[in-house]
Amino acid sequence: MKPAVKCIGLAAAASLALFGTGCGEKATVIVYKQGQYQGKPDTRPWESDQSPTSQPNPWQKGDKDSWEKTVKARTLGQNEYVRVAEH
Amino acid sequence: MARMKFLADAERCIECNGCVTACKQEHEIPWGVNRRRVVTFNDGVPGEKSISVACMHCSDAPCMAVCPVDVFYKTTEGLVLHDKDLCIGCGYCFYACPFGAPQFPQDGAFGLRGKMDKCTFCAGGPEPDFSAAEFRKYGRNRLAEGKLPACAEQCATKALIGGDSDVIADIYRTRVLTRGKGAEVWGWGTAYGKPERQPATKPGAKS
Repeated sequence: MKPAVKCIGLAAAASLALFGTGCGEKATVIVYKQGQYQGKPDTRPWESDQSPTSQPNPWQKGDKDSWEKTVKARTLGQNEYVRVAEH
Repeated sequence: MARMKFLADAERCIECNGCVTACKQEHEIPWGVNRRRVVTFNDGVPGEKSISVACMHCSDAPCMAVCPVDVFYKTTEGLVLHDKDLCIGCGYCFYACPFGAPQFPQDGAFGLRGKMDKCTFCAGGPEPDFSAAEFRKYGRNRLAEGKLPACAEQCATKALIGGDSDVIADIYRTRVLTRGKGAEVWGWGTAYGKPERQPATKPGAKS
C-alpha cells in the first residue's frame, strides 16, 4: 500500500472515531420546558372558602362575577372625588 | 376584569412610608426584606418627588423569562406569583427586574441567600388559601377576602392605588384632568386619553 493511501485511511478512521464518540454522548442536564410553570397549582380568589379572619364574603364560592363586583367596588372606593361627592 | 395593577402618583406621595409599614405588618415580613419601598428623587431639594415601588406584576415579566427553574406563574388577574418550594435562590430574577422587586432573606451566620420573596399583590401563593403554610411563605391572601393590597388601601393621600387596571386608569384620568397638570406629558393620550375627555389646556393651568 502506498504511503498516501495509508495516510488517508488513517485520517478517515480517526474522524469516524471522533464523530462516533460525539454521536454517542448522552445529555447530562435536565431540560426544562421553557415558559412552563413547574410548581403547584393555585386556587383562584373566588374559589376559596370563607376566610376565618374576615367578614362573611358577599359572594358565593365559585361566583367569579360577584367577586369581581366586590373588588371593583373596593377599587372605586379609592377615588376620593367620587367618595366626597357621595357624602 | 382587566389585569390587576398598582399606580403610584409622585404628585401625591409624601414619603410617609405607610405603605412599607402596612406591607411589613400585614405579611409579617422578616427583617431585611422589603417587598415595598419608597424611592425619593432629589431628596432634600425643593420639589423632590417620591414614589412607592414594589413588584409591578409586569405583563411581560422579565423575572418569568429568566427563571431557570420556572417557578413563576401568572394568574387570571394578571398577577405574577411564584412557588417558593421550587425556588433555588439563584438571584437571576433580581438582576432581571427593573424595579428591584425580588428580595432575598439573609439567614444564617454567613448571610445565606434564601428563597426569593416579593410582593404578591396580597394574593397569597400556591398553597391552600388562608392556611398557615400560605401565610408563612407568601403572607396574607386579601384578594380571596375581596380586599385590595394593604399598602394601597391604607395610603392616606391615595398616591398609591391598586386594583383592576381599567378602574385605576379611570381614577387617575379624573385626578389628572381635575388638577390640570400631568396630561401634557408624552404618551398621556396613548395611556389614558379618551376622545371624549381631552386634557385641560386652558391658559394659566398649572404645569
